Amino acid sequence: MLKAVILIGGPQKGTRFRPLSLDTPKPLFPLAGLPLIQHHIAACAKLEECKEILIIGSYPTTVMTQFVADMQKEYRLIIRYLYEFMPLGTGGGLYHFRDQVRAGNPTGFFLLNGDVCADFPLKKLWKFHDEKPDGLVTIMGTEATRQQSVYYGCMVRETNTNAVTHYVEKPNSYVSTLINCGVYVCSLQVFQVMAEAFQRKQDRFYSANGHGGPEYMSWEQDVLSQLAGTHKLYALQVTNWWSQVKTAGSAIYANRHYLELHQNKSSDAPCKILPDVFIHPTAIVHSTAVIGPNVSIGAGVTIKAGVRIKESIVLNNATVHEHSLVMYSVVGQDSSVGEWSRVEGTPSDPDPNKPFAKMDNTPLFNNDGRLNPSVTILGAGVTVPAERILLNSIVLPHKQLNRSYKNEIIL
Amino acid sequence: MCGSDKKLDKIRALILVGGYGTRLRPLTLSRPKPLVEFANKPILMHQIEALVDAGVTEVILAVSYRAEDMEKELTEQVSKLGVSLTFSHETEPLGTAGPLALARELLNTSTEPFFVLNSDVICEFPFKDLAKFHRNHGKEGTIVVTKVEEPSKYGVVLYKENGEIESFVEKPQEFISNKINAGIYILNPSVLSRIELRPTSIEKEIFPFMAQDGQLYAMELQGFWMDVGQPKDFLTGMCLYLNSLRQKNSSKLHNGIEVVGNVLVDPTATIGKGCRIGPNVTIGPDVVIEDGACIKRTTILRGACVRQHAWLDGCIVGWRSVVGRWVRMENCTVLGEDVIVKDELYVNGGQVLPHKSIALSVPEPQIIM
Repeated sequence: MLKAVILIGGPQKGTRFRPLSLDTPKPLFPLAGLPLIQHHIAACAKLEECKEILIIGSYPTTVMTQFVADMQKEYRLIIRYLYEFMPLGTGGGLYHFRDQVRAGNPTGFFLLNGDVCADFPLKKLWKFHDEKPDGLVTIMGTEATRQQSVYYGCMVRETNTNAVTHYVEKPNSYVSTLINCGVYVCSLQVFQVMAEAFQRKQDRFYSANGHGGPEYMSWEQDVLSQLAGTHKLYALQVTNWWSQVKTAGSAIYANRHYLELHQNKSSDAPCKILPDVFIHPTAIVHSTAVIGPNVSIGAGVTIKAGVRIKESIVLNNATVHEHSLVMYSVVGQDSSVGEWSRVEGTPSDPDPNKPFAKMDNTPLFNNDGRLNPSVTILGAGVTVPAERILLNSIVLPHKQLNRSYKNEIIL
Repeated sequence: MCGSDKKLDKIRALILVGGYGTRLRPLTLSRPKPLVEFANKPILMHQIEALVDAGVTEVILAVSYRAEDMEKELTEQVSKLGVSLTFSHETEPLGTAGPLALARELLNTSTEPFFVLNSDVICEFPFKDLAKFHRNHGKEGTIVVTKVEEPSKYGVVLYKENGEIESFVEKPQEFISNKINAGIYILNPSVLSRIELRPTSIEKEIFPFMAQDGQLYAMELQGFWMDVGQPKDFLTGMCLYLNSLRQKNSSKLHNGIEVVGNVLVDPTATIGKGCRIGPNVTIGPDVVIEDGACIKRTTILRGACVRQHAWLDGCIVGWRSVVGRWVRMENCTVLGEDVIVKDELYVNGGQVLPHKSIALSVPEPQIIM
């Protein structure tokens, strides 16, 4: 029997995903029509041995209840949400709920960061891990460019055994192009290593007169770095598609890949479709609209005559009026785009000319204090009037616009 | 009625066409400026038709470059109107007065006064009233003046109640008058003796001395006036012209469910379903506007095509150009002849040279070579 743990953090995290995360918790933001972490759950559910999924985070339970119930029903698995009373860090939450993970004595468990998206090769990972009797943790690794590698956890491996000899999280200088994907297989004995790390934390807490949270623990720094060089930590390098979902811009990129993975979602097209496209069955789409590539249309959305949408996500109950164009944008729920309006962002995809390039999670502003061009985002309940242009802008929820905007954040 | 107009019949006119019309590029790279259609008619034809209406039978065009196509095309068009056209070629640019000296022989054939006008001016041409006013005061010259909102950009004209001009003030810093020279004159042939055959400005080197001698009068223009020599003013002038057409001859304007405000459409143009055209739009011959396009304050020249769901505001679309589907163009965008704007692009204040195909958006105003 296997289990899976998905770490989703809490509302204090994922702020770079604003304003999208102001209305929907980031783990539930839909990509290719499915909430972000449903893709994790679907990957786990494909493994017959996987019997239980534990979601750990500090979002209020009420936010997660409906989703968990829906998932239970859809995948016929035990799925539970375990609420961290306070943010405990990537390791602290897992350690806090160690008994829940150990219950039923599984052979091992998957540990998945909630803010990544991938074509999760869980079976392959498990097989690899299973063949290393001394291994406590196997990390899914992938190749990055030299420049971008320093924004991730970097690993050095022994070539013959694939044991990780050195692990450093976000180094200041170049260490290795093999990076941690935030997807792991763990044996239950890892909790003993965590107990030791926890003890060290406690000792430090009391000797420093209560400085630093006693239960706070970083999985990467307090556990993985310790395990490196002990032949208990391994890494499997994969070439499957993988990306972090940090900024709102990365949602468009992730959407495209998830659409590619789950093709042929909609069987009978309501209008001209350039694949890949997801249209929720309850959306009303006029036959003269042209949609795609890379578009997700949510539940209850209305797309009027002569509308063009590409490289975008349109969230639930939004309305896109006649003749308008939406590209490289996220249209928030209950938002409205007026007729002949143009809502346009700038793609922030990885550099296609560089092998192994990842998304650049560029800061919101550049050195001159100007907004870096990125996808345009309409928060929930935003109204774009007719015949206006909204270019590379971010509109916070419930704003009624009355003119055109370019490269602005509209509060 | 004919009897009273008999004297007027001998009046001649000289139109200062001048150079290449660089201010109206990229349109004038394909077609001489006098032939660029303003409200579906070559700019010069507006003037010649108004002159013919006032009984002018001989028009001299002062041109500083040779354009045989233009001469041929204009001669053809003008011959239908029963007026003779003479081209006076400058070997070097002679300014606004020099061309009169060059055409001295043609103008001296009669003692009757003649009209002079700048070729960029569009207004409700007051030639009959001007001739009458001129004869009444009996002096050497009369210039038409028009009221503008911001006189500091121009030279203003100061004159007495009876019209006698006292002085000209270039670009006044303090408000002294809002009347400017409208570029339309009537002059007696005697004025020619004041002009030498060299580059000369009539505004700066001739008129002030005529005013000193008490020989120059001003007549106020009624109605709109615009120098349409550059794209921004071309569009403003079009709005004023269409508005004037609404009041004077509204049957020429287009009607239809898709039309808003003053819109001029050539009968050979086609407009698709679900469009919104206007206000202030001119659509030329053989133009195709596909379904669902929205066009405001724009001139579309002959043979151009605006494809589905495009949105245009403040643009000039050159001959045979194609504006792609879901394209947004605005802010004084000018497409030269045979330009293609690919689907879904945004063009903000682009000046696109002829025969260019645009595949990338132009988010900030620029010239596309």
